[in-house]
Amino acid sequence: MYVYLVRRLFATLPVMAVVGLFVFSLLYLSPGDPAALIAGDLATAADIARIHQKLGLDEPFLVRFGKWCWDLAHGDLGVSIFSNLPVSKLIGQRLEPTLALASTTILFAVALAVPMGVIAAWKAGTLIDRAVMVFAVLGFSFPVFVLAYILIYAFSIQLEWLPVEGYTNLKDGFGPFLAGLALPSVALGSVYMALIARITRTSMLEVLSEDYIRTAHAKGLAPERVLIGHALKNAGVPIVTVIGVGLALLIGGVVITESVFGIPGIGRLTVDAILSRDYPVIQGVILVFSGVYVLVNLLVDMSYAFIDPRIRY
Amino acid sequence: MSELTPAATVAPEARLRFEGLRNFVRRNPTVAIGSILLLAIVLTAVFAPWIAPGDPQELHPALRLRPPSGEFWFGTDMYGRDVFTRTIHGSQISLLVGSIVALVSVGCGLVIGLLTGYVRAIDGILMRVMDGLMAIPDILLAIALMAVFRASVKNVVIAITIPQVPRVVRLVRSVVMTIRERPYIEAAHASGTPFRRILMRHLLPNTIAPLIVQATYTGAAAVLTEAGLSFLGAGTPPNIPSWGNMMAEGRSFFQIATWMILFPGLFLALTVLAVNLLGDGLRDAFDPRLRRRM
Repeated sequence: MYVYLVRRLFATLPVMAVVGLFVFSLLYLSPGDPAALIAGDLATAADIARIHQKLGLDEPFLVRFGKWCWDLAHGDLGVSIFSNLPVSKLIGQRLEPTLALASTTILFAVALAVPMGVIAAWKAGTLIDRAVMVFAVLGFSFPVFVLAYILIYAFSIQLEWLPVEGYTNLKDGFGPFLAGLALPSVALGSVYMALIARITRTSMLEVLSEDYIRTAHAKGLAPERVLIGHALKNAGVPIVTVIGVGLALLIGGVVITESVFGIPGIGRLTVDAILSRDYPVIQGVILVFSGVYVLVNLLVDMSYAFIDPRIRY
Repeated sequence: MSELTPAATVAPEARLRFEGLRNFVRRNPTVAIGSILLLAIVLTAVFAPWIAPGDPQELHPALRLRPPSGEFWFGTDMYGRDVFTRTIHGSQISLLVGSIVALVSVGCGLVIGLLTGYVRAIDGILMRVMDGLMAIPDILLAIALMAVFRASVKNVVIAITIPQVPRVVRLVRSVVMTIRERPYIEAAHASGTPFRRILMRHLLPNTIAPLIVQATYTGAAAVLTEAGLSFLGAGTPPNIPSWGNMMAEGRSFFQIATWMILFPGLFLALTVLAVNLLGDGLRDAFDPRLRRRM
């Protein structure tokens, strides 16, 4: 088991190396001279050359890449071109809203989607099943921002129940905090829910046709116990896998959701950086998001052994 | 198929074909609904200049932010441009980007996938590159590429295609890997069939059905990503009326002019829905064992 874990941990290294190389090339290939940007309009050619030397911009690609990786290993993501603040600090400042949004979304989506999928599989072919499947197809088709505006229109403008946009810190009260996150979480979570509900249903249908389920029913177990204790437990691996893989959808959605609802998180930072072409910030954000994605999927892989004790590495 | 031709007047052969079609539709209703919806949207895009004859860029400063009415079906935007005309014309860019991305990424993915699945020497390196690209969420990867490129439709297509290719590669590779071990491939090898012939005659045909399904999903993802990029201001140049651009423009006016966002958004969702339905239906049709499961 430990051998497997270590091997799996090392397997993420080439993946992150490719991500790093890609992200670094992005800066390398980006148009415009960062030194000229830093020096400003009044700089002379000599000023720019001096900054070039100071930043090591004249060195060959591999040397610069090596230096960049070395800094990265020390937690240094570079400095924003515009605000002159370290990128790691910028990301740190924006962490809380994004974490809050992501965790409420995941909690809410998983808590609803898994029961939906289980019931759909249990009542396969009935109206309930159809309804869940229709929801799943619609959830895939409505883009985050379209759904977001429909929700804002209904709940904020027409009913005036929830704020149109903005983010309230957790320390300013739990009620306003949740009210601010309600619409963003629903908008962001619907695709994720659709995905999880669909896989849960598929996986459950497969398990429900197994012999041991018939045996469990035959020996007189309550249907709920068969469904949860026997079927769902055995259907768990694909469900957990899709929760991990679906995180990519969620991350892409966070960038858009935070812009729609004016939430000052990492997603918003990403969009601002793109619009102002602040390459170090773009690099840092992509690295952090990809790192989280790879890490979560590593944890998902490791959780298999806990969900299904038959899996031994 | 509501307008039924009187069966007796149709030649027997045509009637058979018609019944075949009717059976197919009955067995695969999602394919039928998806194709009809998609066809309607394709026709809208093709005949946009006739459906909405006005110029989508025409300004009417006196008629700004008018709500939907008999004159302006979908209302007007902050420059007095007709939202209906712009929405109808917007279908062109979405379908263009969706179909080109689907074709190009399936083409590139097929070639790379066949090679990695069959030539072990390059499998290791190429698949690590693909894994790395897949570790970056696709809209983020597209955003990053757009930050380097100049905003143009061609660059949007490239930026959306690159994140999609690894998915196709994985699919093709997995098909090839399972077929590679089959006895008939071994037999072909043993009897001296050239590699190219094995590739073209045995491996390629097996990838077609899953690739068609994948192409529809890629198309849907591309339409969504294009709209997302444009919405964030990192996509199609703002002078082209695309649904994403229209929604981006409507953002600051949403509380007073909801129509600026809701109509293009609805068309966008309908398009993605049509393509998704088609994909789901085709997958069921190609692999009946999966029916009712997904």
